[in-house]
Amino acid sequence: MDKILTSKHGPWLAGGFIGLIAVALANLGNPGNMGFCVACFTRDIAGALGFHRAGVVQYIRPEIPGFILGSFLSSLIFREYSPRGGSSPAVRFGLGLFAMLGALVFLGCPWRAYLRVAGGDWNALYGVGGLIVGVFIGILFLWNGFSLGAAEKNPKGAGLIMPLIAIALLAFLFLAPTFGENGPIFFSTSGPGSQHAPALIALAAGLIVGWLAQRSRFCTVGAIRDFLMMGDGHLLKGIIAFTLVAFAGNYALGKFNPGFEGQPVAHTNELWNFLGMVLSGLAFTLAGGCPGRQLIMAGEGDSDAGIFVIGMLAGAAVAHNFAAASSGAGIGPMGIHVTVIGLIFCAFVGICFRDRG
Amino acid sequence: MSDVITVNASGLSCPQPVMMTKKALADLTSGRVEVLVDTATSRNNVLRFAQNKGWRVSTEERDGGYKVILEK
Repeated sequence: MDKILTSKHGPWLAGGFIGLIAVALANLGNPGNMGFCVACFTRDIAGALGFHRAGVVQYIRPEIPGFILGSFLSSLIFREYSPRGGSSPAVRFGLGLFAMLGALVFLGCPWRAYLRVAGGDWNALYGVGGLIVGVFIGILFLWNGFSLGAAEKNPKGAGLIMPLIAIALLAFLFLAPTFGENGPIFFSTSGPGSQHAPALIALAAGLIVGWLAQRSRFCTVGAIRDFLMMGDGHLLKGIIAFTLVAFAGNYALGKFNPGFEGQPVAHTNELWNFLGMVLSGLAFTLAGGCPGRQLIMAGEGDSDAGIFVIGMLAGAAVAHNFAAASSGAGIGPMGIHVTVIGLIFCAFVGICFRDRG
Repeated sequence: MSDVITVNASGLSCPQPVMMTKKALADLTSGRVEVLVDTATSRNNVLRFAQNKGWRVSTEERDGGYKVILEK
């Protein structure tokens, strides 16, 4: 089994299986076309912790700590646990923050962009188009010598930070403590945050996906990058299988609803669906992988990926506290501003970090 | 025996190890190239790339990472 997962067939096998799990989770209670969404789930966790107060998107999504712990356990079992860090951590924090802001203008990370297409939400086609353009801009920087510099080996214990945070999040979910009067942990009683698959099932799904993605290197941004840069389509097959299986599952369950209007947790603004994902795609490419991949690497002990994830958490708080997140009604009042600032930030990083190391 | 070219891609994020390997192999028709990487992911990516270009590949574990040996 492990031999297949780590072969060139690994990504499409893992992708197909992850697509199936995504459909199952959406059917078991997660919001529509949101079997998995690393951005939305991280945003919900930020809300549950009280980092933002958007009452409809607050829940400790167990899929996220599941990804980290699944990858952590898998990397331990297969002797790939490798604590490392020190490659421009502050810049990676910024990239994570703006990747999240872009994703929340679009309303989904790359995983959900594909899942939205698989559910017939054609607005997401603009997002996928934006993602491809963002990755391509990142490739132009890479071709010009972009590098955030080399990470260094860290002590064994350093890689435990993110798995320990994951365990703390699970404790907050299952024990549901309240910190102070009117304090967190918050759980939405209406809106997308109140819609979720049973926690233990979602946790199991996260752990399985963490293992599958750790072994196969499934990456929704690397897929586009490697194909455009080097004609290497083995990761691309992963997202094609992911999308096709999710489509087939949706179709079989009568959940395939093609169109632009009335799609779940989506808006119809073409330009900002596109540009939000240009920003996200660019930030993910400069950081070396999609948000799911960042969680997986964080589980393997990569503290630079861990910092990127913390940046995403901060980005979710900024998005909602500063009125930049979109909703079904359209983009937020500051959505355009943060997208433009984010694109300038990424261009600055792309230009400044050349030929280093 | 011809010179060994060493590519140090330790600690670098995807896809830089493969890009550096590609650059090193670009003008070579034969020889030995050793690529230093620190993660299994980078090791596998470099292996797959070099194999597709017709190079013989092998790996050695080294302190904190891997040495990927490419020969043709």
